[in-house]
Amino acid sequence: MSIATSSGRGGAGRRRLVHGVLPGFGLAMGWTVVWLSLIVLFPLVALAVKASGLGFGGFVKLLQDARVQAALELSFGAALIAALVNAVFGVLVAWVLTRYRFPGRALIDAAVDLPFALPTAVAGITLAALFAKTGWIGGLLAPLGIEVAYTRLGVVVALIFVGLPFVVRTVQPLLADLDREVEEAAATLGASRLTTVFRVLLPPLVPSILTGFTLAFARGVGEYGSIVFIAGNMPYLTEIAPLLIVIKLEEFDWVGATGIACVMLAISFSLLLVINLIQAHANRRS
Amino acid sequence: MATDQTFPLDPPRPRALPVPPPIGETVVARWTLVAIAGLFLALVLVLPIAGVFTEGLRKGIWAYFKSFGDPDALASIQLTLLVAVISVPANLVFGVAASWAITKFDFPGKSLLITLIDLPFSVSPVVSGLVFVLLFGAQGLFGPFLAAHGLKVIFAVPGLVLATIFVTFPFVARELIPLMEAQGAADEEAALTLGASGWTIFRRVTLPNIKWGLLYGVLLCNARAMGEFGAVSVVSGHIRGLTNTMPLQVEILYNEYDFVGAFAMASILAGLALITLVLKTFLEWRFGDELAANRRH
Repeated sequence: MSIATSSGRGGAGRRRLVHGVLPGFGLAMGWTVVWLSLIVLFPLVALAVKASGLGFGGFVKLLQDARVQAALELSFGAALIAALVNAVFGVLVAWVLTRYRFPGRALIDAAVDLPFALPTAVAGITLAALFAKTGWIGGLLAPLGIEVAYTRLGVVVALIFVGLPFVVRTVQPLLADLDREVEEAAATLGASRLTTVFRVLLPPLVPSILTGFTLAFARGVGEYGSIVFIAGNMPYLTEIAPLLIVIKLEEFDWVGATGIACVMLAISFSLLLVINLIQAHANRRS
Repeated sequence: MATDQTFPLDPPRPRALPVPPPIGETVVARWTLVAIAGLFLALVLVLPIAGVFTEGLRKGIWAYFKSFGDPDALASIQLTLLVAVISVPANLVFGVAASWAITKFDFPGKSLLITLIDLPFSVSPVVSGLVFVLLFGAQGLFGPFLAAHGLKVIFAVPGLVLATIFVTFPFVARELIPLMEAQGAADEEAALTLGASGWTIFRRVTLPNIKWGLLYGVLLCNARAMGEFGAVSVVSGHIRGLTNTMPLQVEILYNEYDFVGAFAMASILAGLALITLVLKTFLEWRFGDELAANRRH
């Protein structure tokens, strides 16, 4: 590629770095950087600066607070369980949708994205109504002694709902592209169907399953709207970390709210890094 | 007699399957798997949607429609539309500018830029609202300045718009970047050699190539903008008739045990989600080639 003048107005220093002959680089790049900085980067930096007011000792104290610990544990624990459930069922749903043809398949395929499209508050009140003791599902579970609404189980149920599409949508395209000849080869070599599935089909899917799992997990940790209605929000028991941020903010404990937010941000960015590493690793291998 | 058995000249062919029939699984295993997947999806997807409308109509169709006559309910619908009308175009312009810079040019730090654009998706909605409170709230960085000039951002419409722009930030860009990357810059370069100006190139060459992808991104962006709850909840202050968007109105009605009102309002949002899904599926089916090749959510 030739070293080209970008927009002609693009400054002497940039001219050597930017490759491309089309006009508009300066305007497009300028707008991108300014808008990104104003809306995303500056606010996030301001959050970090505010949290630094807490100091190291303050952070340790905040994290030793039993209520904060319980909330973080619940957010991470429930997100982990829900992501595991979604990993198993997500692969199963992706398998059924790519491998079999049955009436209603296209409809189900489209419906998998519903949790992305449905506002979280709507999902929240509906799940709460369904799983309450008088609800359609809660009414069936109550005689069995299983309570979902206003318990930690309710948090997991809400997170299974919001996280469902992630694994399905990351695994589905790979499953569709999988070479059928490998399977046939395994079958001709005498492998049983289960052996083929677990030794031949699943291994190449592992990176995409992990990616979907991590996306669902990250979403679950930060989820708020779909949980607050079904959880009951009892301190130490069913109070999630994002809710605790809201409560601290309402109590004008801005520093406390910012501290919890920072912990959550640090963890979600680490998860983002993990996803990128998994993707890079998978791309290198293929 | 046996040879008399006639075979149709053109035997009915099985419908062409995009995927050949599976190797191995028995019919029983296959249908068991379909049944498990179907049951799981029914439990997780169909029941909630049915639940919204059932709860909304619990006291009859009259009560359902009456709940929309409430001035606060109407104000929340107007506010939701207003917020979406501002934030979606803002992200549309940003998305087009970002993908033009990223896909038509090469420069150092490109992958970092893409990661930064995706960043808002990994931030909890509540934290997305919190950052703007820290900037513009009473004790915030610009709080004293805003107060001195009689300006309100937090607990007012500008805060709602900012929080919504933040959470919907990546939608258009992440749809356009893979699409324009795959299309390359050859068409635009050809137009340039023919003497077209930058604006003409964009309008006559690029835009027709990306229009369906753009619509797809805008569709998803709009659905999230209208349905966002956590981020706007933090910056709204829940002032009735003034700073309650539809999802916040749902929360308030629900917490006041006005279940018919809450679910009636929720049913509009659910309807919006269903329309979004139908349009999205239609775009994928009709213009699949003109959408981003590798779809990541």
